[in-house]
Amino acid sequence: MKKKILAIGRHPEILQTVVRLINNNPEWEGAGANTDDEAVLLFSAQSFKIVLLCGGIEPDSEKRLRATFNALNPDAIIVQHYGGGSGLLSAEIYQALAK
Amino acid sequence: MAHTVLHKAETRGHASHGWLDSYHSFSFSSYYNPERMNFGALRVLNDDTVDAGMGFGKHPHDNMEIISIPLEGDLEHKDSMNNVAVIKNGDIQAMSAGTGIYHSEYNKDREQRVKFLQIWVYPNKKNVEPRYDQITLNLDDRHNKLQQILSPNPDDEGVWIHQNAWFHLGKFDKGISTDYAIKGKGNGVYVFVLSGDVKVNDQLLNTRDGYGIWDTDKFTITAETDAEFLLMEVPMEF
Repeated sequence: MKKKILAIGRHPEILQTVVRLINNNPEWEGAGANTDDEAVLLFSAQSFKIVLLCGGIEPDSEKRLRATFNALNPDAIIVQHYGGGSGLLSAEIYQALAK
Repeated sequence: MAHTVLHKAETRGHASHGWLDSYHSFSFSSYYNPERMNFGALRVLNDDTVDAGMGFGKHPHDNMEIISIPLEGDLEHKDSMNNVAVIKNGDIQAMSAGTGIYHSEYNKDREQRVKFLQIWVYPNKKNVEPRYDQITLNLDDRHNKLQQILSPNPDDEGVWIHQNAWFHLGKFDKGISTDYAIKGKGNGVYVFVLSGDVKVNDQLLNTRDGYGIWDTDKFTITAETDAEFLLMEVPMEF
């Protein structure tokens, strides 16, 4: 079964790129959210293994999102995504899955 | 007591994409080695060779300090902040990706390959306003001495980035030695040998070897042959 990964970021084009790169891996299934509301809605409806926090998320939003996701599914792994593209993405996901 | 880590050149990750030949000191793209993730805030050290007339198409970055050091040939940079520039051997380029940036890097030369180091450092502040800078360095300033090429301070020598990091280049004749005093508390230094052989304290390093040293205040670097090297001081905790 594919591992579901939710990417959240404020830059629409970068988010789209990150989701596309996730979906390039046949074992992963990516979804993207630009807003907090959209992210919570998606997270509530599906069982995500990993949440990637991409660029532009304000500290207050990050705090709220982390608290909400932890309450809804404490097993979900929340990681900061750095670099905005292919460079670090796979390693970040592999590391998260190894936890 | 100092802690150290040795990364011999031949143990680096390697990717050949036809037009791009890249050696990865740390996990990058399809190269994943959980033992080689970073050295403190230093996350990427790619040793890239780009074929003539080829390059990296438009692609995004965010939240990363990206430094390029050309070693051979010219690389054309274009980005979403309307910067268009050519970087060549002797230059250094720094880009804070922050909230998001797109850029491309091309070797416009039809005959000569480009060799350059691509270095990524985790920023000490997320979501900063993207910025781009490049400068031309005086090559004489690294002959038998350390030339500072990067710092955290806009008013200091070299380019600056959003991290408590200092980079130096050295081009030493055989037998020349110097001490390096670590500037930031809790920082370590990753030494990357560009050419020749050097010793860091008692550790011999050859071309393209990497060597991290931390939990120490200073170390001695000695050229065992004519040698060029890069010192990257970064926070070990960030």
